[in-house]
Amino acid sequence: MKQAVQAEELRPPVTSIGVIGWIKNNLFNGTPNSVLTLVTLFFLWKTVPPLFRWAFLDSAWHTTGQACREAAGACWSIISMNYRFILFGFYPYEEHWRPFLAMMILVGLLFYSRDRNHWKKTLAYAWIIGLFAMGLLMKGGLFGLPSVESTQWGGLPLTLLLAIFGLTAAYPLGVILALGRRSKMRGIKVLCILYIELIRGVPLISLLFMSSIIFPLFLPEGVTFNKILRAQVAIILFTAAYIAEVVRGGLQGMARGQYEAAESIGLNYYLTMRLIILPQALKIVIPPTVSILISAFKDTSLVVIIALFDLLKTTQSVLSNPEWMGFSREAYVFVAILYFLGCFSMSNYSRKLERELSRGD
Amino acid sequence: MKDVKWFVVVLVLALLSTGGMAVAGTLDEVRARGVLTVGVNPGVAGFSMPDEKGVWKGLDIDTAKAIAAAVFGDASKVKYVALTAVQRLPALQSKEIDALCRNTTVTLTRETVNGLNFVHPNYYDGQGFLISKKKGVKTAKGLKGATVCTLPGTTTEMNAADYFRKNGMPWKPVVIESNAELNKAFFAGRCDVLTSDASQLAAIRSVAPNPDDYIILPEIISKEPLAPVVRHGDDQWYDIVNWTVMALIEAEELGITSANVDEMLKSTDPQVQRFLGVNPGFGKALGLDEKWAYNIIKQVGNYGEIFDRNVGPKTPLKLDRGLNNLWTKGGLMYALPFR
Repeated sequence: MKQAVQAEELRPPVTSIGVIGWIKNNLFNGTPNSVLTLVTLFFLWKTVPPLFRWAFLDSAWHTTGQACREAAGACWSIISMNYRFILFGFYPYEEHWRPFLAMMILVGLLFYSRDRNHWKKTLAYAWIIGLFAMGLLMKGGLFGLPSVESTQWGGLPLTLLLAIFGLTAAYPLGVILALGRRSKMRGIKVLCILYIELIRGVPLISLLFMSSIIFPLFLPEGVTFNKILRAQVAIILFTAAYIAEVVRGGLQGMARGQYEAAESIGLNYYLTMRLIILPQALKIVIPPTVSILISAFKDTSLVVIIALFDLLKTTQSVLSNPEWMGFSREAYVFVAILYFLGCFSMSNYSRKLERELSRGD
Repeated sequence: MKDVKWFVVVLVLALLSTGGMAVAGTLDEVRARGVLTVGVNPGVAGFSMPDEKGVWKGLDIDTAKAIAAAVFGDASKVKYVALTAVQRLPALQSKEIDALCRNTTVTLTRETVNGLNFVHPNYYDGQGFLISKKKGVKTAKGLKGATVCTLPGTTTEMNAADYFRKNGMPWKPVVIESNAELNKAFFAGRCDVLTSDASQLAAIRSVAPNPDDYIILPEIISKEPLAPVVRHGDDQWYDIVNWTVMALIEAEELGITSANVDEMLKSTDPQVQRFLGVNPGFGKALGLDEKWAYNIIKQVGNYGEIFDRNVGPKTPLKLDRGLNNLWTKGGLMYALPFR
């Protein structure tokens, strides 16, 4: 019986597999890349350790402002000592659990709505109940909750309120405006064009000023509208105009054949749009729409100039306190992280949605 | 001719009808609402500033509380509306607020063109200079050729330009957009001297790496009397707000504090008796409760207490009384006679 001679297995050289192999192939394959790698490493070596030292080793975490001034590193105390004012503003201190719970409900609902399999009637009911619960928590006045006026709302709940209601109301309005601008009916078309061009022709700041300073002077004496509502309306009107133009781009991108096909099977205007055109057009424009939504989210911080205490304003307010004056770096890093979380999760979700929707192509 | 007559009749009728409509005064509105709405600054240390629990603190806030104490007998019945510099006057004109306590300088145009009435100032501010002791400059006249840090587009910048031109001194302005950056630039030595309102300079000095290394020069180059504001056309409301500020000063003159006000009720001094409403009269004259002044002092304190609590030597601002001392002690705080 002949024994099968097994050839000795030769392992690849150490330099081409594993960590060393990866480094060789990706970081040092050729002179330019090697130089770049070395420069980058040098740069990191120069910046990361001092940054780490500043942020973690030499920093003060839960001290008074005076102690912070003596610390060599970052003063995170400005956050830890003031986080409740930064997050909730003038909301009564003992009632902070209410906006907190409201935000938790909101985040939970948003998270649950991420999955398209959950988009059923029950979700709509969940949103209605959730919104009602949030309103009740924030406003109070029922079930033994003390009433809190909306003038006392501030911080993160206000930012989220302005952003989420602004975006959800602006999106359908924008779609309607885009359809109106493409309409064959002259009157509607002219109105939509006028609206879009007028709103796009002015910066958001001027709309906010209009709503908070000029608008009240037109009202009869003593009649005042809620400041938050006025800012909210300004944000909705502004964002809708931009969304309208993006959606119009998507509508114009549709081939004529799509319209003709819809006509040939006898669909009316509403059904054509609802079933054929909009699903495709809106899908095409997901990336630019998300850009607009993200920038609108960040634009809500402009309400600072009409003295609404959103997240950025409460932070600035802490910074003008003599005890914490001068620790702007730490405070703004904290706010930047919160904004980044909001924006990043939006763009993340849009990518997920794009992937799912393009599966059929 | 006939047309003209009719026109005049209609005009007179129109004027009469508008005159008849403006009956409900601010006091009645405030009482019906049950809360006083006051416009305040979103954040100036010592004057109007939320603490870490979101409770407003400051000299302007205490002034607002005093008005509420006078009207309701309860200093906590105030709703604060944070307003920016551009918002503050329209908010008052459109009746969004009942009064404005927001470090607002009294000027001629504001009183006339904007249709507002300023009451007695609750703080006399003025523009000054902050400088490092190491420079060895003792007076603003020695600032020849200095680089001066200032905010852009403010009256501060114009006042400084006027001052240096008037005294024939060359200067170099260093204009920096935000307050925080301005302070950093100054402490880093990018300019010799920093100019702003004296009360602000004190706050800036308090956050210096070593506050004792810096001094505020004695010269004050502009007048900034800061006073609460009400609308034109409601004299009763003006009287209430004005005499509320007066009462704060009068109480200090009479030596009445929040601590001894109950004892003072038994005082035999007729002035004190009238002031605290033991001998009635002032309350009725203002349309308020006879205990209005007692409530103010009991719940908020007199002007000296308010000053010390918010901006005085024991606070981070460490401001001297200076112009804000009583007239008997070299300041400008002078309550008109309570008679």
